[in-house]
Amino acid sequence: MAEPAQEGSGFNIHPMDQFVVKPLFGDGPISWYTPTNATMWMALTVLAITLVLVVGSRGRALVPSRGQSMAEMLYGFTRKMVEDVAGKEGLKYFPYVLTLFTFILFANLLALIPTSFSVTSHIAVTAVLALAVFFTVTAIGFVKHGAAFLGLFWVTSAPLPLRPVLAVIEIISYFVRPVSHSIRLAGNLMAGHAVLKVFAGFAGALGAGAVLPIVAITAIYGLELLVACIQAYVFAILTVVYLNDALHPSH
Amino acid sequence: MATPTEGAESASGMPQLDFSTFPNQIFWLVVALLALYFIVTRVAMPRVGGIIEDRFEVISNDLEVAADLKQKAEAAEAAYHKALAEARSEAQAIAAETKAEIQKELALATEKADAEIAAKAAESEARIDEIRASAVKSVEEVATETSAAIVAALMPDVADDAAVKAAVANRMKG
Repeated sequence: MAEPAQEGSGFNIHPMDQFVVKPLFGDGPISWYTPTNATMWMALTVLAITLVLVVGSRGRALVPSRGQSMAEMLYGFTRKMVEDVAGKEGLKYFPYVLTLFTFILFANLLALIPTSFSVTSHIAVTAVLALAVFFTVTAIGFVKHGAAFLGLFWVTSAPLPLRPVLAVIEIISYFVRPVSHSIRLAGNLMAGHAVLKVFAGFAGALGAGAVLPIVAITAIYGLELLVACIQAYVFAILTVVYLNDALHPSH
Repeated sequence: MATPTEGAESASGMPQLDFSTFPNQIFWLVVALLALYFIVTRVAMPRVGGIIEDRFEVISNDLEVAADLKQKAEAAEAAYHKALAEARSEAQAIAAETKAEIQKELALATEKADAEIAAKAAESEARIDEIRASAVKSVEEVATETSAAIVAALMPDVADDAAVKAAVANRMKG
């Protein structure tokens, strides 16, 4: 591994190039409406989800086909997650969680196709997702409980002198939520794909004898598959946990 | 190790921090999410949820029917057992009745036979008695005649039939 490092400048490994947002047509500047590679892969993500959830369940069979059981599993898994964490009241927000979860899961998985673009590795995307969750949950909290929602920060089970200190900590942690929520997802995806690209660069540099980098790429690819699913799950379950906080603010 | 130069190069050009692409990404993300939300709530969820609900209904219906059938089977089994027990007790009653009848007939036949035997025995006894009586009478007659003959032969003067008869009768009694 030290060898390509010395010659690195000659081999042009650009692990971050895969994340560049480019216009799909032409080379012009990117304004807000320009269809870009990000647009395309977001559309493909929506298309893939539609394929699984809608086309897969086309048969409406009592005994499900393979596609239908995938759709049912995705639906049932998410629904159970919402119900287990946030309770019956949380089921009202199940469509929202299902949308987020499937979008992130499928975007992560599609990003593992070689030469694809990983939508969820961009902080702009994950920040919007996380902030949407943050504002929605906060709004739900205030609408449902009014000022009592602030009780979330006032830990009544702690001794009185400790409560202001805890309140400060709780408030900070509450506002850090969208940051960690978004950076966790983007960081994981970006790091994984960058590492894959770096090893791919090694493989290209070593040519036919690149056994070790290829083995490493295979292993990391498997790991990335796991990360793709786990990060989608983590994002979804944190969303549900925050939702539960808003629905039941008492500790 | 390969990345210091690369890293320095790409840190400045880290595409994630290229703010000029942010409005674009955010706009298309919102479009994609709205489209997806629409698809999920209008098409996917009613359909998949409906399928799961339908299946649940069908399964619970089937379970109900199965419970019903089980109950019926149990009732049929109970009826069968009852019928079996009834048939058995009936059979036992018939057997007992028949046995009693046979016993009665047997007793009747035995009694009849006994009576017949007794009658025959009485008749035989009567005849035996008769025979014996006639034999005794014959013996007495023979004895009387013999005695009279002997007396007449030995002492012809004193022949007295009546005395001889009395003596024989006296002797026979002894």
